[in-house]
Amino acid sequence: MSEDPWARLARLTPARIGLGRAGAGLPTREVLRFGLAHAQARDAVHTPLDEAAVTAGIAALGFETLSVSSAAPDRATYLRRPDLGRALTEEARAALTAAPRESVDLALVVADGLSARAIHEGAAAFLAAFQPHLARAGWRVAPVVVARQARVALGDGIGAALKARAVVVAIGERPGLSSPDSLGLYLTFAPRIGRSDAERNCISNVRPAGLSHEAAAHRLDWLLNQALVLGLSGVGLKDGSGPALAASPARAALEDLGRSDP
Amino acid sequence: MSYRHAVGTRTHVFADLPTLMAKATPVRSGDRLAGIAAESAEEEMAARWCLADIPLREILAKPLIPYEDDDVTRLILDRHDSRAFAAIAHLTVGDFREFLLSAASETLARIAPGITPEIAAAVSKLMRNQDLILVARKCRVVTRFRNTIGLPGRLAVRLQPNHPTDDAAGITASILDGLSYGCGDAVIGLNPASDSVSTLGSLLHLFDDLIRRLEIPTQGCILTHVTTTLEAMNRGLPVDLVFQSIAGTQGANASFGVTLPILKEAHEAALALKRGTVGDDVMYFETGQGSALSAGQHHGIDQQTLEARAYAVARAFRPLLVNTVVGFIGPEYLYDGKEIIRAGLEDHFCGKLMGVPLGVDVCYTNHAEADQNDMDTLLTLLGAAGCNFIMGVPGADDVMLNYQSTSFHDSLYLREVLGLKRAPEFEAWLERIGLADADGALLPGGPNQRLVAAMPGLSDAGLAA
Repeated sequence: MSEDPWARLARLTPARIGLGRAGAGLPTREVLRFGLAHAQARDAVHTPLDEAAVTAGIAALGFETLSVSSAAPDRATYLRRPDLGRALTEEARAALTAAPRESVDLALVVADGLSARAIHEGAAAFLAAFQPHLARAGWRVAPVVVARQARVALGDGIGAALKARAVVVAIGERPGLSSPDSLGLYLTFAPRIGRSDAERNCISNVRPAGLSHEAAAHRLDWLLNQALVLGLSGVGLKDGSGPALAASPARAALEDLGRSDP
Repeated sequence: MSYRHAVGTRTHVFADLPTLMAKATPVRSGDRLAGIAAESAEEEMAARWCLADIPLREILAKPLIPYEDDDVTRLILDRHDSRAFAAIAHLTVGDFREFLLSAASETLARIAPGITPEIAAAVSKLMRNQDLILVARKCRVVTRFRNTIGLPGRLAVRLQPNHPTDDAAGITASILDGLSYGCGDAVIGLNPASDSVSTLGSLLHLFDDLIRRLEIPTQGCILTHVTTTLEAMNRGLPVDLVFQSIAGTQGANASFGVTLPILKEAHEAALALKRGTVGDDVMYFETGQGSALSAGQHHGIDQQTLEARAYAVARAFRPLLVNTVVGFIGPEYLYDGKEIIRAGLEDHFCGKLMGVPLGVDVCYTNHAEADQNDMDTLLTLLGAAGCNFIMGVPGADDVMLNYQSTSFHDSLYLREVLGLKRAPEFEAWLERIGLADADGALLPGGPNQRLVAAMPGLSDAGLAA
């Protein structure tokens, strides 16, 4: 008995293909699967960041850490007031500038964004993958800043306060139904308050089932090198790191199919 | 000059036209975030009473952002067609609403070049949802590249086969799935995860091969930054459509890394490729309320009016497709299903009134107070309003962009309920290849063998019998 061909195709992508249909509608099974995934994503948005655990995981890699909060006091405010999520509190700014600092090449920020789950599951793992690149390049790195109720642009103020030539913000992306654990990496050269999104480079979908931590680290290494050499980031800096995914999960699945089904 | 409206013993005062327009806008979270929304329900209605009495000429004469300060304002005024405007020049905003409700389709097409975004936005603020639907339905904007989009009684679908790592086989599988549901006549359009030119090149070749081998009367597009697409065209890669996200102010466009001269350069480069078969509409734009505020470039103007200004940018480049990604930006701009539904209808109306081929990405994110039921409602209303196209995302779940849109199934639902057909050339192709009957109804069966056999990389998966 041969397998449903749609099931074979569905193995090539995490997208919801080959669902079948009941008239114009979805089968009941798929309506319920979708509803459950949405319920879980809604719950994920509201899960608070476990700062102690995240900090401990990063410290265990040998990084110094600092903790800050944005000016958004809670999740409800955070969702309606992105301006507050981009602003540091006075205390946070004071904490960052308390110790006199030498300028550094790079500031790293780990931010909850819209999915603390992405940080809980992926932040330390990504930093571990990026560590060899840091060592090889010899970049001077500021303490890793763990930021709560944070938007991407919070990194601009942090990077400036830490006198960094560039800042990378690893942030929980808004959870999709199939990806509540996705990290985004945002690179900004010469961070300062008021940078626009066109001045950033983004690497998204960093998670085990998406872009692997190793591939993301490779791509970030390339972009960071270019940014520091060219003195810019954003639309003027094209990602020329090449396809880092010669052996992707989907490609492997396809090859498996080819082998098992002559 | 300030505006006033008395309600009983209380007089509401509005400092200037931007303030009045903002306060007359049905309240939404983005205008609250900007600090420009009406502060009470009565103030909102007083602003609408006041706006109703303003002559259209006055709106034209008082640019919300000064001519000297903003190239979008200059574009709007420099290209304004005063002959087309003459037919409505004597009307107030309130009169204009009544004019639109009774106007014929031909009249609406004739006046479109005379309608500025500010005029469209102003009148939309006085309209209920049913008015927005009824008038938009009468505005037909037809565009062409390899098929004909926007004809009455028809609805096209963008097949959106996004994949988190741009994997060719995974993307191809989603395209096969979508085509099997009869989707893809608006465009087969991918948002790539990577913006590298080498990835773009292989994706462009993948789409071009597929469309050629299957002889699909449709167009492909990789939705990357316009400067990247320009580079791709310079390298001789097969580009059908040029994509770009745009907004309603010069500053917001700058935050996207785009200028009007760059758009013009890309438009001319794409035209020179002459890849269309039935027409040469080569631009694809996306917009969405809140983008200017998000970039800090809103000039104190409400987000719905700024959105309409983005359509003036689009209009200048004769686009094939323009869609408002209505619920993508998040709850700080459109908080819940009610606000998303209203915004979707406003955007579609304003675009169509201005002669722009509007489609809508009926969508929401997981941090908004919305769900698939809200999308069903908006989708149905847009079907009634004659929307040019919607998105077709596998299972409504975009696994790259992390949001929910409309699915292949949703398009089947809308076709069945409202009797909407696909683009005629595409519909004929579906019948030719054995996917649908002469009425466009899908035929039963598994993956179409002719499709599978033609799919690069899939025939070796043991699917082609």
